[in-house]
Amino acid sequence: MGAAPASRDVTSYGLGLAAPLALFFLAFFVAPLLQLLWLSLHNDTAGLHWGLGQYLHFLTDPFSLGVLGSTLLLGAEVTAVCLVLGFPIAWLYQRVAPKLQTIIILIVLLPLLTSVVVRTFAWIVILGRQGIINATLQSLGIIDTPLKLLYTQFGVVIALAQVQMPLMTLPLITALGRIDPNLDDASCSLGAGSWRTFFRVVLPLSLPGVIAGCTLTYAAAITAFITQSLVGGGQMLFMPMYLYQQASTLQNWPFAAAISIIFLLAVLAVVSVFTTLGRLSRGYGGA
Amino acid sequence: MAETQGGRSLVVDAVTHRYPSGALAVENINLDIKGGEIIALLGPSGCGKTTLLRIIAGFIAQTQGRIIIGDDIVDALPSNRRAVGIVFQNYALFPHLSISENVGYGLAARGIDKATRQREAQRLLELVQLPTMAERLPRQLSGGQQQRVALARALAIKPSILLLDEPFAALDKNLRLDMQIEVKRLQRVSGITTLIVTHDQEEALSMADRVAVLSHGKLEQFGSPSDVYDRPQTLFVNTFVGSTNRMPGVVVSADRTAARVRLDAGAEIIARPAGGALSEGGRVTVCIRPEHLQFVGDGTGFAGVVGMSLPLGATVVHEVTTADGSGVKVSQARIGETRALESGAAVRLAPLAPSLANAFPATL
Ligand SMILES: Nc1ncnc2c1ncn2[C@@H]1O[C@H](COP(=O)(O)OP(=O)(O)OP(=O)(O)O)[C@@H](O)[C@H]1O
Ligand SMILES: [Mg+2]
Repeated sequence: MGAAPASRDVTSYGLGLAAPLALFFLAFFVAPLLQLLWLSLHNDTAGLHWGLGQYLHFLTDPFSLGVLGSTLLLGAEVTAVCLVLGFPIAWLYQRVAPKLQTIIILIVLLPLLTSVVVRTFAWIVILGRQGIINATLQSLGIIDTPLKLLYTQFGVVIALAQVQMPLMTLPLITALGRIDPNLDDASCSLGAGSWRTFFRVVLPLSLPGVIAGCTLTYAAAITAFITQSLVGGGQMLFMPMYLYQQASTLQNWPFAAAISIIFLLAVLAVVSVFTTLGRLSRGYGGA
Repeated sequence: MAETQGGRSLVVDAVTHRYPSGALAVENINLDIKGGEIIALLGPSGCGKTTLLRIIAGFIAQTQGRIIIGDDIVDALPSNRRAVGIVFQNYALFPHLSISENVGYGLAARGIDKATRQREAQRLLELVQLPTMAERLPRQLSGGQQQRVALARALAIKPSILLLDEPFAALDKNLRLDMQIEVKRLQRVSGITTLIVTHDQEEALSMADRVAVLSHGKLEQFGSPSDVYDRPQTLFVNTFVGSTNRMPGVVVSADRTAARVRLDAGAEIIARPAGGALSEGGRVTVCIRPEHLQFVGDGTGFAGVVGMSLPLGATVVHEVTTADGSGVKVSQARIGETRALESGAAVRLAPLAPSLANAFPATL
């Protein structure tokens, strides 16, 4: 181990204990990342000419920018759906009997207990032309021709929302659980209705959970290669698949590397916006 | 606070509450409270005080009975339409709002504009003597200060009923006394009907016009502090409020106003049948407060041996062991030079007056 022999000072903690993990990260995360960066700074696939050509290409190519935009938008849509559906579940969780709480937690966690691939195929079965939704609507006579649900933005958002839901619901449940239930009563006794109580007390105090949930859901949704490509199909292209095509199919490694770096920076930008909001809201709740 | 509407009357009519878990927290409570009265709900932990308060505030719906405020039966009204102010035991200030916003919260809910709200909040903060704290967050205040903010917040909506759940429990002794005086002063000025939950009997006796004593969800007695202290109706009230000596005995003869009881300690005394009629030959518990026992030198009363004497400032408390082996406490005022009692001295004791010895049917 490369642990520093360092000081015998009793007030300093043995950083050596963190060394295995640090080494692991160094070898399998930092090093590949640097390699990626190095790769992306070449103008040709052979890796002979240095330059920012790959980045210029991406940033001036409307198609590439479109893929980036629709990926970031997809993340926003999935996050919004998860927030809107997840908040009521978390809210309900805090207000039902313990037995029901167990059931809710089970339902929330259930998606995590099956593989993403299995869940995604389930959505294909549900959304397909002869899928459950179309079959039901047709047999009820509501529609004549099957609706196109699979291979649409709508289908991808719904499937991703279901897959990523626990990432939103769990932080929300934790955040709502930290709110003193007397605050609800206090607000009510002061004459506030339930909506005012929700917007003035519950929502602001649950903001740390909202932000944590949004960050996790967003990051997971835009990088969800399997669900995106299976439910989205060939017509819809998102960053992970774009990247995969450039790297595996076209063997254009420098461009794929540049896509990765740009995608990474875009994600970091969005996540840091979330965390900044989180830091601003930390005035609430704590202490 | 002169503009506050005078407090409205509050009637708790045969209220029973059973929690979904099956716990019977409150059982058939009847309270008839006049407008402007200050009432203490006194009882040991878990006797249902908070539950009753939450029913009055409208946070939980009682299983049976009615709550009547003024002339209105309010059972169907949600708590935001009852105009009942409540101060929670843990204050429950909104942690993300400034002190000023906390106090103005109820006014905002009534659609009052910001400038008026701030002015009113400032006025109330001056009333509770925290005029400089308006911009702070609750966690930047001490417990006692948060307490006062919670009070100001409840008063801001000009409630017709004010409920305080153990408002002074977290305060040190001096601050508690200050706050008790403060609350009583505010209450007198505003005339708000006030219900204070407490398990501190001194607080109940000193602050309230009337005291409701609860035990295991039942109302044991509802009367003036002197009623509760001097004429307790149940053994529980007698022992819970103030300190008392419990002496077992047998009824020799009894009518409605007086009973002759043969104490196991070895004397016959006259006692007041406090909990209803007593039957001859039945076993009773006689309660005599330490300050209501005196040393007698004429051979009457019951015999005992002095154990320890504790001089407690204005009074001296003697521990005396009686013939049946039980101990009683006798408290004597220190007037002039009190006869010094040595440990081991043989003495005789008797109650000061028959009305000061309360006899209750013995329960096993
Ligand atoms: N939410 C609840 N569900 C079930 N039982 C409860 C609930 N709240 C209180 N109880 C029970 O009801 C009884 C009365 O509780 P309550 O909180 O009214 O007591 P209290 O007089 O306020 O006690 P304390 O002085 O300790 O605050 C207790 O036995 C308690 O266990
Ligand atoms: Mg309580």
